[in-house]
Amino acid sequence: MDAALSANAYLSTLVASLGLALVFGGLVRLASMLFPVERDRRILEIDDLLPQTQCGQCGHPGCRPYAEAIADGQAINRCPPGGQATIDALALLLKVTAPNLDPEHGLESSHIRVAFIREDECIGCTKCILACPVDAIVGAAKLMHTVIVDECTGCDLCVEPCPVDCIDMVPLARPSHDWRGPPAALLAQLIGSDRDPVQRQQEVL
Amino acid sequence: MNRVWDTPGGIHPPANKRQSLTLPIGYPKLPERLVVPLIQHIGEHCIACVTIGQQVLKGELIGVVDGALGTSVHAPSSGIVSAIEARPVGHQSGSLAPCIEILTDGLERWVSRPKTRDYRQLAPSQLLERIAQSGICGLGGAGFPTATKLTFNGAVPISTIIINATECEPYVTADESLMRERADEIIAGIGIIALLYDNTPRLVIGIEETKPEACAALLAASHASAIEIVQIPSKYPSGGERQLIYTLTGKEVPSGRIPASIGILCINVATTYAIKRAIIDGEPLISRVVTVTGKACGTQRNYQTLIGTPVQHLLDHSGLDDSRLSKLIMGGPMIGFDLPYASVPVVKTSYCILAPDASELAPTAPERACIRCGFCAEVCPVSLLPQQLLWHAKTADHQRLEEHNLFDCIECGACAYVCPSHIPLVQYYRASKGEIDAARADKANARQARQRFEFHQLRLARLEREKNQRRKARRAAAGSNPSPSSRIKAPKASIMRLSSADIIAAAQGRTTEKKPTAEQTLNKLRRNVSTLQMRLEHAERRLAAAAGETADKQNSLRATAEDARQKLHRGEQRLTEQYH
Repeated sequence: MDAALSANAYLSTLVASLGLALVFGGLVRLASMLFPVERDRRILEIDDLLPQTQCGQCGHPGCRPYAEAIADGQAINRCPPGGQATIDALALLLKVTAPNLDPEHGLESSHIRVAFIREDECIGCTKCILACPVDAIVGAAKLMHTVIVDECTGCDLCVEPCPVDCIDMVPLARPSHDWRGPPAALLAQLIGSDRDPVQRQQEVL
Repeated sequence: MNRVWDTPGGIHPPANKRQSLTLPIGYPKLPERLVVPLIQHIGEHCIACVTIGQQVLKGELIGVVDGALGTSVHAPSSGIVSAIEARPVGHQSGSLAPCIEILTDGLERWVSRPKTRDYRQLAPSQLLERIAQSGICGLGGAGFPTATKLTFNGAVPISTIIINATECEPYVTADESLMRERADEIIAGIGIIALLYDNTPRLVIGIEETKPEACAALLAASHASAIEIVQIPSKYPSGGERQLIYTLTGKEVPSGRIPASIGILCINVATTYAIKRAIIDGEPLISRVVTVTGKACGTQRNYQTLIGTPVQHLLDHSGLDDSRLSKLIMGGPMIGFDLPYASVPVVKTSYCILAPDASELAPTAPERACIRCGFCAEVCPVSLLPQQLLWHAKTADHQRLEEHNLFDCIECGACAYVCPSHIPLVQYYRASKGEIDAARADKANARQARQRFEFHQLRLARLEREKNQRRKARRAAAGSNPSPSSRIKAPKASIMRLSSADIIAAAQGRTTEKKPTAEQTLNKLRRNVSTLQMRLEHAERRLAAAAGETADKQNSLRATAEDARQKLHRGEQRLTEQYH
């Protein structure tokens, strides 16, 4: 064997190269197994862009699992709560062209919705509490439950388990002092102050 | 003579202040209804502390602060609370806010007003307490609770207190008329503020040089005090807080910080007047001076107006000619806003009601494309780049907007005023600020939801783990000390693979397992006997009670009683058997 190798330079080079390739390939694999930093960071970046509704409409039990799936190559257009804005942001991050939202997973809604329990109808079965992914429902067995509005992500998961159908998804109204003016596209004119066109022309000249 | 620094930019719009200064401050007649919003300040809503139908006196507390930031509201006149509900208020959104409506009785009966002549004897904490209880917030327009502002205690001690008497916006003369007529009370108010600080800070009144009468009145009132009065060149917006601070001290307030961070406090002149009224006269803030002006008004003048007075009432009082009115604006022409309804009330921060006719307020021309003339950048008092901001606002590029310091924009409107293409720049900036704020809020919400979700997952995992541990512990306990139940239960899991004989054996095993002990049987029989005794007694009672009934009924009851007696007999027999 040795003789054959030393005799044939061509063969020896081939074997050496293959050997090196195997060794370094193995090292790279080992490193990626020992220090899986890159993928984890990517998952965190993706998770940061997802709306954290935890609704499961993408087919995963929460936003983080979907982020993991995206990191492993799944389609980025399965998040209806995030809508096109999230898809665009994900596309920018992953350097791919932004697809449209996959309607199979749901449609984008313009309203923010939160769950609301009609409290006098609630029988206290705790089924919604178990279904809530963010622990936003308080209550105990045989006692009335209610939703903490500030914590509700509007994921809809509590509506279906309710045996008496006392949970509604209601649009969330913004308080008036949060109001910051119409969107730039629908602008009315600024108060013109007290100048007339002639005077203004003089100013400009 | 004090040195005055020149701020960048600025414009010189026609002042139009004379028309409302020809008459002294007037007093409109008392409106029938006063609508007092529960939020007139920066911070949280007040909570109503009166009920519908309750009689209130003038100056009585009707709304209390709930939360850290806010200031209370008081009844502006005596009368009856007729409603506590959401009403339209003077806000650009035209939205509703909780309000208390008072039906006035015209008697103007006051609550007790503790007059304090020797206020110098009061401790700073007592003074602050009074200011807070009097519901005073900044009357210059922002409405920041004054007591909170005065208690701010940062790393840098307050070395300069600036009294903002510039009132640079066209048309508005509320502060000027106040200074002309009540200068001594303003000076007394400043004296009270000075008492709050041990280190005798520098007291400066900044006033535009276009107000000589007001300046003379202040000088006359303050000749015996350490208050400096500095006249500054007239320019819009010289009265912006940061602009005035720079003009008077040459110091710039860092971006995103408050003036107190560099040891400066800026207070509106009308606020100092309110402080004087609160401390010396014991009156809470229930009225303010409001300029009612514009050519559509018959009389243009300033009014000492009760908070909660409907704008319509003021306009009626001024002889408004509806046919000439082109627009109704709350605030001045530069930073004011269109009022959706004239029924909205005057609040603590409304300093002007502007009712111009078409000749005063030229119809706004349609927006045209930016021609990059750069006028906007020249007039910006904050040295921003308005046209760059416009591009980024149009493309909703939030990152670039923040890089160009959008949040330093004071929304003074100077850029839009000079824009030859009639671009409503401030509207764009305001909208973009709103969008960025909303995006930030969404991000914060998402972060919180993620935390809660992760905690939820963690909790589920922990519960699962604990359940498994308990199960394992039980199994381990069963392995070391096999009880009959575990012996039987073991094969249950693989019951599908057992033969029918095994199943029968297992079933028999279960029945033997279920067989109660002698003790349990005895107890059960005892319970049985006592139940049967009760049943027999009951049947006998019913039989006795049925003496007057039909024979049929009596027979049936007798049969029931007999049956119960026999059952009891059998039960007793079984019990005695069990004993042996």
